[in-house]
Amino acid sequence: MLKEYRIALRNSGLINPESIEEFIAADGYQALRKALRSEPLGIYEEIYESGLRGRGGAGFSTGAKEKAAAVICSDCDKYVICNADEGEPGTFKDRVIMETDPHTLIEGMTIAAYSIGAHRGFIYIRGEYELSIRRLTLAIEQAYQHGFLGNNILGSGFNFDLEIRRGAGSYLCGEELTLIESVEGKRGYPRIKPPYPAEKGLWGSPTLINNVETLANFPQIILNGAKWYRSIGTENSPGTKIFTISGDVVNPGYYEYPMGITLRELIFDVAGGIKNNKPFGTALLGGAAGTFAAENQLDVQMSYDKLKEVGLTLGSGAVIVLDSTRNVNQTMLSILKFFKHESCGKCIPCRIGTTQLYETLANELKSPTFNPNKVYRELVWQAELMARTSLCPLGQSPVLPLKSLHDNLMALLTASNA
Amino acid sequence: MEIDPILQKYPKSRDYLIEILHDIQNAHPQSYIPPEVVTRVAKHLNVKQAQVYGVIGYYSMLSAKPRGRYVIRVCASPICNLMGSSNLIDYLKEKLKVDIGQTTPDGLFTLETTECLGNCAAAPAMMINQEMYGSLTTGMVDILLEQYSKSHK
Ligand SMILES: Cc1cc2nc3c(=O)[nH]c(=O)nc-3n(C[C@H](O)[C@H](O)[C@H](O)COP(=O)(O)O)c2cc1C
Ligand code: SF4
Ligand code: FES
Repeated sequence: MLKEYRIALRNSGLINPESIEEFIAADGYQALRKALRSEPLGIYEEIYESGLRGRGGAGFSTGAKEKAAAVICSDCDKYVICNADEGEPGTFKDRVIMETDPHTLIEGMTIAAYSIGAHRGFIYIRGEYELSIRRLTLAIEQAYQHGFLGNNILGSGFNFDLEIRRGAGSYLCGEELTLIESVEGKRGYPRIKPPYPAEKGLWGSPTLINNVETLANFPQIILNGAKWYRSIGTENSPGTKIFTISGDVVNPGYYEYPMGITLRELIFDVAGGIKNNKPFGTALLGGAAGTFAAENQLDVQMSYDKLKEVGLTLGSGAVIVLDSTRNVNQTMLSILKFFKHESCGKCIPCRIGTTQLYETLANELKSPTFNPNKVYRELVWQAELMARTSLCPLGQSPVLPLKSLHDNLMALLTASNA
Repeated sequence: MEIDPILQKYPKSRDYLIEILHDIQNAHPQSYIPPEVVTRVAKHLNVKQAQVYGVIGYYSMLSAKPRGRYVIRVCASPICNLMGSSNLIDYLKEKLKVDIGQTTPDGLFTLETTECLGNCAAAPAMMINQEMYGSLTTGMVDILLEQYSKSHK
């Protein structure tokens, strides 16, 4: 049996999340203490050296982002935002961190703020995550009382204020620039990139925006060093990843493992295999904006680069498993419905395109002469066109699952609708 | 509705708009933001009423129309769909005798669907107001509805 390796979830289930004393007893806020004694430059270089990559889906070098926000100006307003909007179907890792160990996130954010010179931060939590909001509200209060937030943190002279902002049911608001609009109290229509948040973010100021899991890795990297972190995981994807496994497996749930674990190990060892002893059908990796893996891809290593080599995606770490008796066409239809629902309608290619993709597949599935080869070729073509002409990354997403089905799973698609 | 305590909780800055709207809606017995409140909030934050309506209209959790005391939001995203949420939705429609988006005549329940609630390991999932429920069966739905009806009396 493979062993879990917990970094982001190191306290999860072991301490009372409502007790700052228990967090402190588990070496909590030691990394912050250490960080405040060193130069900010040392912090973002350590994070850069660790090779940590963004856990929100895009996998961008976290240290590079921090550095950009740190060096762009001194003596100007800067902000740190934690992206806790977690709306990608099949993903629930950030919720677990916030519910079971909220102080680790606060500590990570405060370190990030110090390294770039920000004095105000926001945690943008999706409005549905009631328990996460409650736990973090309490934890922030406690951190202020203990001098880990506010003015002159731990006598260092560094000031940092942290607030929560609630989302209100929009997947698109998880996209970083759209999220910034929402934090400003506006509708979630995306801004054009560039400029990136590190140049022009919240209220036009440089802003570092990171996912919950990304920031939850900061304290251990600062305490144990970049070299230690690099010794875990793979060369190009160091560290661990929280995988959230759902669907037709015996033990759905969240599991943190070193990068490089294979998809087969995740499904058959970690999650106990397929429910009711049925054969494996497919696994959707990374959520609705993800890709379907076929049985002959089960031995792929779960890391950014290895998945990319075979046309798959890690995304948020969601692994959605379907047994071979499932109708994959119906799952694809429900993905297209998701995008149709979440398109903000600002640009025509995506507004019309997401509806058209959904309706095309819905109609074809009712047809007695359904020909998956032809239908998916057409859908991929439409989705590619839409990706090229859409304003923001949401319009570029539907092509991912469609193309992976077309390329890898034609046999299953044909059998599904037989 | 008494909204002064809510307005006083927040600085007069536009970025608190969604926070304020959440609080108002959660406190309102019909789970919505009434027109006279929109006027007050707009004035308080010094923004146009149309901007407040724009925000309410954009976000699926916010409503400018009266709803039931309890808003049921069933997840219709791919995993819950796989694990039987459409049966659950049909069952609720029949049991409450409403369509999606409608409220029962006694004003108790509104039925809505939503996208992924982040409770996929316990699919199918739904929320009733701010409470999350998972691994649902029709039997559990019966019990929940009964509890909510009772707690209201
Ligand atoms: C439509 C869309 C939704 C997104 N949703 C999320 C989300 O819920 N959480 C998240 O961390 N990143 C999300 N992202 C990615 C963010 O734009 C951004 O890359 C991320 O917050 C950066 O943090 P990281 O570098 O720590 O991953 C989304 C992107 C898109 C295009
Ligand atoms: S691509 Fe879609 S979600 Fe993005 S701006 Fe255009 S309509 Fe909105
Ligand atoms: S798909 Fe329903 S909770 Fe995630």
